[in-house]
Amino acid sequence: MAALVNVPARAKRGDVIEIRTLTSHIMETGFRHTADGKLVPRDIITGFTCRYNGAEIFRADLFPAIAANPYLSFFTIAKESGKFEFEWIGDNGYSSTASASITVE
Amino acid sequence: MTIWRAIAAAALFATAPALLAGEIPPDARRSGYSFMGPETRTMQDDDTSNPGMLFVLDGEQLWGKQSGSAEKACADCHGDARNSMKGVAARYPAFDKAVGRPVTLDQRINLCRANHQQAAPLPYESRDLLALSAFVAHQSRGVAITAGDDPQVKSFVDQGRDLFMQRKGQLNLACTNCHDDNFDRRLAGAPITQGQPTGYPLYRLEWQTLGSLERRLRSCMSGVRAQAYDYGSPELVALELYLMSRARGLAMETPAVRP
Amino acid sequence: MPTTRRQFLNLAGGVTVVGAIPIVTLRPLRATPAMLNTAVRNVVGEAQIRTGKVKLDIPPLVENGNTVPMTVTVASPMTADDHVKSIHVFNEKNPQPNIGNFYLNPASGRAQISTRIRLADTQKVIAIARLSDDTFWQVAADVVVTLAACTEEMN
Repeated sequence: MAALVNVPARAKRGDVIEIRTLTSHIMETGFRHTADGKLVPRDIITGFTCRYNGAEIFRADLFPAIAANPYLSFFTIAKESGKFEFEWIGDNGYSSTASASITVE
Repeated sequence: MTIWRAIAAAALFATAPALLAGEIPPDARRSGYSFMGPETRTMQDDDTSNPGMLFVLDGEQLWGKQSGSAEKACADCHGDARNSMKGVAARYPAFDKAVGRPVTLDQRINLCRANHQQAAPLPYESRDLLALSAFVAHQSRGVAITAGDDPQVKSFVDQGRDLFMQRKGQLNLACTNCHDDNFDRRLAGAPITQGQPTGYPLYRLEWQTLGSLERRLRSCMSGVRAQAYDYGSPELVALELYLMSRARGLAMETPAVRP
Repeated sequence: MPTTRRQFLNLAGGVTVVGAIPIVTLRPLRATPAMLNTAVRNVVGEAQIRTGKVKLDIPPLVENGNTVPMTVTVASPMTADDHVKSIHVFNEKNPQPNIGNFYLNPASGRAQISTRIRLADTQKVIAIARLSDDTFWQVAADVVVTLAACTEEMN
């Protein structure tokens, strides 16, 4: 299932840039019940990491109070051309990745 | 004199529902977008923050993927959806000669699967059907709605209009009572909209996922404590067709975001 | 005279107008329940929590509690010597008090994060920032969650 990552394609060295990510996930809270009273087990994304040319620049722990299809926006300084790598991990061994490149002038 | 006045009053009473139920004039038609708060508008406006776009992206993948025993993809017949599908959703539900009645975009996709791909139908509200529908309808974003213009569907538009006007459920409310007569007011804290289906399938914050117009209609029906029509039933298709024809001239927004 | 439906709709509208007055107040942490307090103490330990530096942008009246956009901004130069290490967001009345922990560093450039959260009810949301000198700063906002009409039965 799709993920949407938004990184500016180009930036000037030293610019503070915004990175936005949106990924497909149900984020089942683990607090809901089915019509016949059974607890729906928790199934959420628990962690997100963003690396910029290998170095971690942002990390988050997520809880059931994060809405379905988690959206995250954060900032970083454009230092050099290269690659952003995004990783989401979660319950039941969930893992997904995405990447985006940037040209820094 | 009194008798004449009584007759006049009775006549007025008799025609009053028809007047109230009259179509909202084109220049007064408003998308549900205009009823929402700034935060929800922002979520819809920016494609990189609109969660409905996740489904459009999934639909784009499916469009190019072979399916069924014919081993054909949508793209094998229809090519680039940006050209072939532009404006299509704005005409749906549309008349299908083979079945002799209007079909929704979801039903059209499943007819294509059956007839051309020899593939099993996708269940209503399944992720794949919503994704394909969203991808196809997204190609019409900004296109003015023209559904219902085809003379072959006129009797079905009329059927949908009758259903729209008909009181239903334990609350004994018709669609028109809220969406023609009381839009811009509030019900239990939420604004009542005109019920213009400009952005389906759309991402509803309540659902936390994408959903079809039929899903929305069914939740309206349970809202008035009525038995909801089944997905794909002639009644729901007729209602969808009437609603689309009632929104004629408004621009498609798929994937819209709504509270 | 029996109440007509139109009057009922008018009444419903009238009630909401009162409810629609935006309410944003800042209150000290001690005003919040024990569970929330425990979750906060798990992050800050015994440290003092000061009010200020942190800004929480969240609609005072939300259209649907299932998806509430939220932005936290901390006033910080984001230098090696003076930056925000982390931002922690909590709620008062969901089944669990934690919302998210967000870890920043001087390379962030700007101490600001946005996400979308779930609020089960009208309640307080708290954002706490940990700075590089290990001081903690907080802000709280009250959010009114309105109930939508004609919501679906559980599916």
